[in-house]
Amino acid sequence: MIAYLPTFQENNDVTWHVRWNFGGVNWPLLWLFSGVLALLIIASVVGAVLKRTAKSGSTQRTIANLNSRTRAWWKMSAIFAITLLVGKNGSLILFALLSFLALREYITLVPTRRGDHRTLFWTFFIITPLQYYLIAINWYGFFAILIPAFAFIFIPARIALAGDTEHFLERAAKIQFGLMICAYCLSHAPALLILNIPNYEGRDSVLLLYLVLVDQMSDVLQYVWGKLLGRHKITPNVSPNKTWEGFIGGVATATLLGAFLSWATPFTRLQSAGMSLVITLLGFLGGLVMSAIKRDAGVKDFGAVIEGHGGILDRIDSLCFAAPVFFHLVRYFYVR
Amino acid sequence: MSAKIHPFARVIAALARGISGVQVRWLGCIPEPRQRIYFANHTSHLDFVVLWSSLPVDLRANTRPVAAKDYWQSGFRSFLAQKVFRAVLVERGAAARLHEEHKGEEHAHSAAFAVIQQLAEAMGERDSLIFFPEGTRGTGETVVEFKSGLYHLAKRRPDVELIPAYLENLNRILPKGEFLPAPLVSTLTFGAPIRVEDGEHKHDFLERARNAVVSLRQKGRAEQ
Repeated sequence: MIAYLPTFQENNDVTWHVRWNFGGVNWPLLWLFSGVLALLIIASVVGAVLKRTAKSGSTQRTIANLNSRTRAWWKMSAIFAITLLVGKNGSLILFALLSFLALREYITLVPTRRGDHRTLFWTFFIITPLQYYLIAINWYGFFAILIPAFAFIFIPARIALAGDTEHFLERAAKIQFGLMICAYCLSHAPALLILNIPNYEGRDSVLLLYLVLVDQMSDVLQYVWGKLLGRHKITPNVSPNKTWEGFIGGVATATLLGAFLSWATPFTRLQSAGMSLVITLLGFLGGLVMSAIKRDAGVKDFGAVIEGHGGILDRIDSLCFAAPVFFHLVRYFYVR
Repeated sequence: MSAKIHPFARVIAALARGISGVQVRWLGCIPEPRQRIYFANHTSHLDFVVLWSSLPVDLRANTRPVAAKDYWQSGFRSFLAQKVFRAVLVERGAAARLHEEHKGEEHAHSAAFAVIQQLAEAMGERDSLIFFPEGTRGTGETVVEFKSGLYHLAKRRPDVELIPAYLENLNRILPKGEFLPAPLVSTLTFGAPIRVEDGEHKHDFLERARNAVVSLRQKGRAEQ
């Protein structure tokens, strides 16, 4: 009780503590988990019903894909929920692993040469883990510049030392790009956990869940709206599955969802809608950019590790773009 | 009764699978408990371990690599090859060397015969072999001409299935001369069995076998 009082006084938002933190349980987190659980159950039930009613071959295939996606969602949600409950280090390990696996898928697609071997070793085993270690020890200043400043210089230097000049600029640029997207950008999601947002202590994990939830729901909703109403393609050359109907429907509903979730965030309802709009728009652009890379490389997916979804990078491409912008918006407007 | 798998082999296999992120495709055959010779392109020390660990567990104990005696016979390498993976160590290019040294066709022939004899005996009644007919690790850009051992062994053991396999990307994961890996994703594709046709010439067969391996590269991509 005595230990509890000082935080009570520091924190002006008394109502929050009374409403949400009673008994030391992170209620917003649990509420959001319950919401996700409800969604998953609904999706599974709907999928099972559709499977029975599907007649034509192509519909059956779509439903089968939908159901395998749902199964994968169950697993992904469970893993994410567990790491969130474990705490900051749990989330950091999860995202570090995601960065590692995404980078692996990316570099596998991108042509590198023998002379890049040592550089790649550094990229995978030193720079990427270090990026997450810096979050673990709360060293924001170094975290923010490790990859854009130091790795940026290191990569071409190490390749030059290896002595192979063939396609030199291309190789250096491609490795740098992969490191930026897969490690640097993505690491901004768990970096939310080291922002000390006034009057929001102890709830950073909720903000991380908010980002991931809005971002991933935006993907799902764009897919659903696209399947239901999709007619007009946005960029037929880049991603034939993206339609205006899917885009507008998905962005609108995901923004609405974000506004509805404002109770779990440090934002007002309108601010939360704005944040969600930013997340969904950037998520869309992330998906688009990564599609362009896949098109260029002549593949459909970055991998096949997640049933129905493709690779890790296919699943998190939107998050890679949304995370850094969301992080800096929160940091600029809500931290001091 | 199947031979036991060395505990080190299990650990190394698990590591190799993790580092290589290998995706396995059986396109022209399925894993079966019968005697086979798996022959594949060779670019990395990981090749054998990745191929071996991609087989179902019950097949591994009876599947042995064929390795070059000159490289694998000393110290730790010898321990790995002989104790851990039960490799069949053969003299590499014995016949060709004797031939070049002008010791006469007969010597060359008998040396080659001795190696084939050794391999056939090593297979015995139940073991399968993993074979890299290029004879040495390449850069991964091309698959070079096959040595003749595969042909002679196939003639000697017509009862054994010859399974082509293509290992993709391992040259990028652990190239020749590197000690530390770059953990990319690799693909291993098994193709349809081939055999020496009646009256087929050595050269023709070896070229066909090489093409069988190379063709899996494209198939592997298309399947993705």
